[in-house]
Amino acid sequence: MKFDTPAGPNPIDRGRVVGIPHDRIDGAAKVTGTAPYAYERHDVAPNAAYGWIVGSAIAKGQIRSMDLRTAEAAPGVLGIVTHANAGALGKGQFNTAHLLGGPAIQHYEQALALVIADTLENARDAAKLVRIDYAPEQGRFDLKAERLHGTMPPASFGSPADTRVGDFDGAFARAAVKIDQSYSTPDHSHAMMEPHATTAAWNGDKLTLWTANQMIAWSVGEMAKTLGIPKENIRLVAPYIGGGFGAKLFLRADALLAALGAKQIGRPVKVAIARPQIPNNTTHRPATIQRIRLGAGKDGVIDAIAHEVWSGDLPGGGPETAAQQTRLLYRGANRITAHRLAVLDLPEGNAMRAPGEAVGMLALEVAMDELAEACGLDPVELRIRNDVQFDPEAGPQRPFSSRKLVECLRAGAQQFGWTKRNPKPGQVRDGRWLVGMGMAAAFRNNITTDSGARIGIDGQGRVTVETDMTDIGTGTYTIMAQTAAEVLGVEVDAVTVRLGDSRFPASAGSGGQWGANSSTAGVYAAAMAMRAKLADKAGYPIDDARFEDGLVKMGNQSQPLGALAGRDGLWVEDRIEFGDLAKRYAQATFGAHFCEVGVDIDTAEVRIRRMGGAFAAGRILNPKSARNQVIGAMTMGAGAALMEALDVDTRFGFFVNHDMAEYLVPVHADIPEQDVLFIEELDDKSSPMKAKGVGELGICGAGAAVANAVYNATGIRLRDYPLTIDKLLHAGMPVVAA
Amino acid sequence: MKAFTYERARSVEAAVKAAASVQSARFIAGGTNLLDLMKLQIETPAHLIDVNHLGLDKIEPTQEGGLRIGALVRNTDLAADQRVRRDYAVLSRALVAGASGQLRNKATTGGNLLQRTRCPYFYDTRMPCNKRRPGSGCGAMQGMSRSLAIVGVSDACIAQNPSDMAVALRLLDAQVETMAQGGAKRTIPLADFHRLPGDTPQVDNALQPGEMILSVTLPKPIGGIHVYRKVRDRASYAFALVSVAAVFGQNGQARFAFGGVAPKPWRTDGADAAASQGAKAVAEAALAGARTTPHNDFKKALLRQTLASLYRQQEAQA
Ligand SMILES: Cc1cc2nc3c(=O)[nH]c(=O)nc-3n(C[C@H](O)[C@H](O)[C@H](O)COP(=O)(O)OP(=O)(O)OC[C@H]3O[C@@H](n4cnc5c(N)ncnc54)[C@H](O)[C@@H]3O)c2cc1C
Ligand code: SF4
Repeated sequence: MKFDTPAGPNPIDRGRVVGIPHDRIDGAAKVTGTAPYAYERHDVAPNAAYGWIVGSAIAKGQIRSMDLRTAEAAPGVLGIVTHANAGALGKGQFNTAHLLGGPAIQHYEQALALVIADTLENARDAAKLVRIDYAPEQGRFDLKAERLHGTMPPASFGSPADTRVGDFDGAFARAAVKIDQSYSTPDHSHAMMEPHATTAAWNGDKLTLWTANQMIAWSVGEMAKTLGIPKENIRLVAPYIGGGFGAKLFLRADALLAALGAKQIGRPVKVAIARPQIPNNTTHRPATIQRIRLGAGKDGVIDAIAHEVWSGDLPGGGPETAAQQTRLLYRGANRITAHRLAVLDLPEGNAMRAPGEAVGMLALEVAMDELAEACGLDPVELRIRNDVQFDPEAGPQRPFSSRKLVECLRAGAQQFGWTKRNPKPGQVRDGRWLVGMGMAAAFRNNITTDSGARIGIDGQGRVTVETDMTDIGTGTYTIMAQTAAEVLGVEVDAVTVRLGDSRFPASAGSGGQWGANSSTAGVYAAAMAMRAKLADKAGYPIDDARFEDGLVKMGNQSQPLGALAGRDGLWVEDRIEFGDLAKRYAQATFGAHFCEVGVDIDTAEVRIRRMGGAFAAGRILNPKSARNQVIGAMTMGAGAALMEALDVDTRFGFFVNHDMAEYLVPVHADIPEQDVLFIEELDDKSSPMKAKGVGELGICGAGAAVANAVYNATGIRLRDYPLTIDKLLHAGMPVVAA
Repeated sequence: MKAFTYERARSVEAAVKAAASVQSARFIAGGTNLLDLMKLQIETPAHLIDVNHLGLDKIEPTQEGGLRIGALVRNTDLAADQRVRRDYAVLSRALVAGASGQLRNKATTGGNLLQRTRCPYFYDTRMPCNKRRPGSGCGAMQGMSRSLAIVGVSDACIAQNPSDMAVALRLLDAQVETMAQGGAKRTIPLADFHRLPGDTPQVDNALQPGEMILSVTLPKPIGGIHVYRKVRDRASYAFALVSVAAVFGQNGQARFAFGGVAPKPWRTDGADAAASQGAKAVAEAALAGARTTPHNDFKKALLRQTLASLYRQQEAQA
């Protein structure tokens, strides 16, 4: 099904099943521990041996020699994979560093060997016995120093590194009110619950990988390229995934090494990347330094806006596109965005939930708060004044497909009780707490990607949906079932959804908040094809056929789906193919975050007291799972504001706090009640579902709302995230004398 | 984790004897610290002696009017004990400020006293660390030292003692009762139990090899208002940046012990003596001779501010 003109009325509009807060259909399996994850596939690979990864102890250099003898002789050891015996390996286009290093070493904890043994304990033990003689080389690890050598990166995903409209310098110079500030954000680790893990088995030259991966079709291709074997010989299976946040978008060392290990020992092998290895072995969200300049009239209307971003990555890597949202969010005739990329020999940077916006909004939305104050305007009002209904770089000929930022700002402010905020910072006391309120806009791109699905109906009228789409905890199973049930006129419990298998039609996969909208649109396409087939079987003209109650009806005739499907059942496959609507219309999701914090007058401890937000993201397919996504993302935003940071040791070139006792993410006690309001919106240019993505929107701006609240509470403006106690003390807390 | 043998001791005497007969044996209590360290091969015992079933899980009154806490009493049970909550509330409060509910259900009084530092370089066996590998250097001192100690440190090591419980026990003048090799019992004041690093940072405490903790005793209750204030980077489930245990008495008298700032639960006579002069004076006395890094220098101010907060609350309640 081509989608190249805006959607008209369609079966999804019935809203009988889609749009209902249906419980997760996989919920019971998950909470009873019967949903099998990649490392627990005893059912399919009962005799799997255990692999343990040996990571590099240096950040850059060469392996002079490896001595495997003691390790090989250790109890239970079945084999050891190294670059020397793995054969020639290619590299996937999405990997910057090699997943198996050596003789060259590209980063700390890069996998240099896989030790395979009969038990996990034996493998882990023997891994300690691999002796590696290193020839270290000087690396570059300090973004602050290396940014000066930053260069312009190539366009990423079709979006150029730099954009320029009008005469920024002139307009900024003339502006009545100017903001010119720098902000910095640290490296972040995804810290998803399930570590990267794979069980691999060969059958002749056919490889099966039970793995934790967000993007099945991509990763089949990447594995084929890495191993130099045909795609057809690889099957990837990932029905359940314990979170990803982008960490599992690409092939990682667990999958490659499990495959190589299984080949070497002629037996299935499973590999998990151990928790303390994850931050340095896998990818992370890169740190940024950002400069923002805003030039506005006294009325707050922006005339000049510039956002420049510096980040670093391994040679051949990519930038953190933190200026992305600044191209689309606010008005202004004179604009600059720019990204510069420095070479760093730290572990490889890559996408983490809302790459670009998540940290870009941490800077832009604080700059807007600063502008509001400089203009003496309410921050909500400032944003309303700078709303723009078209792509401000392209002009009015490229309108937004739908944009309800102003509605979100108003509704969110009302729900939160924003008018109670005292605009003068440092004024409100509640016992030992200085209390402040802050807000920020939310913005995240809406991306659509072609997505396929197959639908079957059996003789009992049961519907089966098959696609390689993944559920990374987001609720995909449920919205797929809802979509098929809606179109075919059956109940959700008459639908079986099977996901995450490369034998199923290729889907959008889970990433960039494109998954839900694109992949349900793929199911919609297949279900509409099924409708045509059923109507044909029933002998009803498709335009007269109604699909209700498990029946195909026309007038007062009807036939059950099961009877039409017959004993052999019916199958159809289709895919949604997106045309150029995303070019003709700017597509994005919007919202407004509000936050109230308390800051201890003596110790500068920050505690979030309330969070609230209003969001517009097209049709909300399932308000329960959508809310779950938004509050989770708001929590992540709070973490980015207050505690999350990988600490770089610039001498050794690694992330020091590489386990969950040291890398802090919010716990329950950090997060109070979160109010989420969805603004009604249908986006007919986004997909036939009229939905947009919502999985990442909630993080974008959430941290800035926290930071702005801290400022409102204390009068201290920190621009270097996270806003920890030491920084607040250094910047002038306590504001009340002891 | 190196392969090891395991036995469940039948009696305290047998446990101590077993510890003496096998080289590099370790007692295992809750295992919440030991097993993590074994997985990383920071601890590599050849033999584990399980001391969980020896009846050392009781809290009993002493003849002197105090309490004897068995070494295997779980942190959760100790914190919830009515006598502890009534007479030694600072201990209860310190315990519940530590770790998580699940960990406290497992963690024991003896094990908690012996938990090792949380210095991140100690935890990565590829990094230099004098505490883990004597003579290899200190990775933290010129590196990421934000969480580490600022008093009582040495050129060899600036690791902090991470325990909350131990800070309260130090404040309460607890004593540790042990049985050494050969079966001899001895009593070690908590003040002397943990060691400063000096040039042997690998030795955390005064126990001899194979010496087992039997119990911890608390003297008679001292009354007063008991507070424990822990300041950290998130609201729960994080180690202290700084913590203050305090008992406020009559006429501006008070006593203080500090966590997160030193290689041992930190207490100075000077700090107690300065009680009537307020937070700033107490902090200065407590941190006399402090030696900070650019990363952890803020702990000086933070300790002062944490004390200021406690004083403010005292005044508000008075
Ligand atoms: C993620 C995490 C967060 C934590 N947060 C905190 C925190 O915020 N505050 C805090 O105070 N603690 C915290 N802890 C530490 C926790 O309190 C300790 O791990 C626990 O108290 C150790 O007790 P255990 O019984 O499990 O000791 P084990 O791990 O069993 O033993 C520890 C050591 O003591 C020895 N040992 C045990 N019993 C005896 C005995 N009777 N005689 C002689 N030797 C003995 C063992 O041989 C071993 O060397 C945290 C731990 C984790 C894992
Ligand atoms: S501070 Fe102590 S524990 Fe930390 S690296 Fe230095 S020697 Fe090791």
